Amino acid sequence: MIDVIDLKKNYGNLEVLKGITTTIKKGEKIVVIGPSGSGKSTFLRCLNCMEDPTSGAVIFEGVNIADMKVDINIHRRRMGMVFQQFNLFNNKTVIENIMLAPVSVGLQELRTAKIKNFFTRVKNVFTPNKKALIPVNASKAKIKAEAKENALRLLKRIGLEEKANVYPSTLSGGQKQRIAIIRALAMNPKVILFDEPTSALDPEMVGEVLDLIRQLADEGMTMVIVTHEMGFAKEVATRVLFMDEGRILEENTPAEIFSNPQNPRTKEFLSKVL
Amino acid sequence: MGNFSKKIEKFWEIFYEHNGYTKVLTGLENTLYIAIVGLAIGIIIGTLIAIVKVLPKYKRIARILDGICTFYVGLFRGTPVVVQLLVAYYVALPLLGINMPALNVCVLVFGLNSGAYVSEIMRSGILSVDPGQMEAGRAVGLSYRVTMMKIVVPQAIKNILPTLGNEFIALIKETSVVSFVGAADLYVAFNYIGSNSYEFMVPYLVMAIIYIVLVMIAALLIRLMERSLRKSDRRN
Ligand SMILES: Nc1ncnc2c1ncn2[C@@H]1O[C@H](COP(=O)(O)OP(=O)(O)OP(=O)(O)O)[C@@H](O)[C@H]1O
Ligand SMILES: [Mg+2]
Repeated sequence: MIDVIDLKKNYGNLEVLKGITTTIKKGEKIVVIGPSGSGKSTFLRCLNCMEDPTSGAVIFEGVNIADMKVDINIHRRRMGMVFQQFNLFNNKTVIENIMLAPVSVGLQELRTAKIKNFFTRVKNVFTPNKKALIPVNASKAKIKAEAKENALRLLKRIGLEEKANVYPSTLSGGQKQRIAIIRALAMNPKVILFDEPTSALDPEMVGEVLDLIRQLADEGMTMVIVTHEMGFAKEVATRVLFMDEGRILEENTPAEIFSNPQNPRTKEFLSKVL
Repeated sequence: MGNFSKKIEKFWEIFYEHNGYTKVLTGLENTLYIAIVGLAIGIIIGTLIAIVKVLPKYKRIARILDGICTFYVGLFRGTPVVVQLLVAYYVALPLLGINMPALNVCVLVFGLNSGAYVSEIMRSGILSVDPGQMEAGRAVGLSYRVTMMKIVVPQAIKNILPTLGNEFIALIKETSVVSFVGAADLYVAFNYIGSNSYEFMVPYLVMAIIYIVLVMIAALLIRLMERSLRKSDRRN
């Protein structure tokens, strides 16, 4: 699903990623571990081009999204991202947070289709071989209603439907993060990227967020998770990547990597965190 | 003291019996009109400039727009507003062959002028919004423009509302120069009363009081607005 080929990222003179090559297949749950500053977040953020790679390719569903010429917004909609700091939209209610992107994208597609149809119609008047119109079976109201229904369904799933109309400032960290996760789900992503989703949480709220991520994993969602929760990594990962100094030094199944690390740096790191 | 009450009598005669108050009301209306519409224009222009200013600068078009905005802000902040009024009314518009009522020229100039000031306020407002908000918008596939307009700018405006209120008060005060191009504001009204009663002490005193009251009311409204915003923060 995602092919990363010799990915490099520099900030000025600082080489943060020094050539990363890996393939993420459908349904895989990749956990990325490594010491602070090793480039885990940068790697994750290059996967959906929140940071533009300095060189190399990120092929997502057959398109090199690292190419500056592609419309990145279209591809990002198929990749969810969950942040350490939740980043819910402060000026929107919970349900608006979830609905904003689906509605906004739906309306935009509707507009584009209508404009294209208008030109097709004008062209059809002057040319003998008529072209078909793009079928438009949506309306503004319908798009909004569907997005709302979907948002409520997702809220119900995490048991927070009564919070639909409150603003994020009144929620606990765990609630915020679970809403951030369903906000990503609302776009029906093919893959979700998590950057330390539980690091900013009070310990008693870590469980509820990990439970939700575990559920998604069980349903077959493809995910890449940067985390310091080694227990969780062991449990959900299908593959663990160990990163250090901008490189993947070792990758293996969790059973192998945690019980029998090969690289001395991996051994050293694991001895500190386990 | 007897002298002063005679002055008040004279003032009252022109103000009330000779319909001076209609001129005062017109003046008040114009002052508020220029300040309110001017600020509205200023907020629109200021927001656009601020967005250009915070735009990432790796595209050439962004750098060109940035240059234009820097020039614009420098121009309007670097010259007195009276000069801008005079140049607009007596130089720019005649050269362009445009005929426009003095009041509209004033609204336009104050709008352009306050746009330059608001742009700085708005820029710091935008920078005060957590960068995570923009990131989250981009991560769900919204464009830079949509995220800016729906997420970042609304939060920025909320942050800078008190400062925008001060800009409004500054505008109310600065409009007192519009008579330079013949627009009828409070000064014109009270000057009329003074000239017709041959007595300027009371008219200008009353004018000063009206300005003070205006500013106090504006300050009060701003405070109420701030408080209701903060309340909504807590409740929600
Ligand atoms: N925007 C940036 N500008 C300059 N340097 C950066 C930037 N972002 C990250 N870096 C640097 O890149 C390196 C890798 O950062 P990154 O955030 O990817 O590490 P990490 O593995 O996620 O660490 P942590 O576990 O602390 O989150 C660090 O040295 C960091 O200082
Ligand atoms: Mg990190």
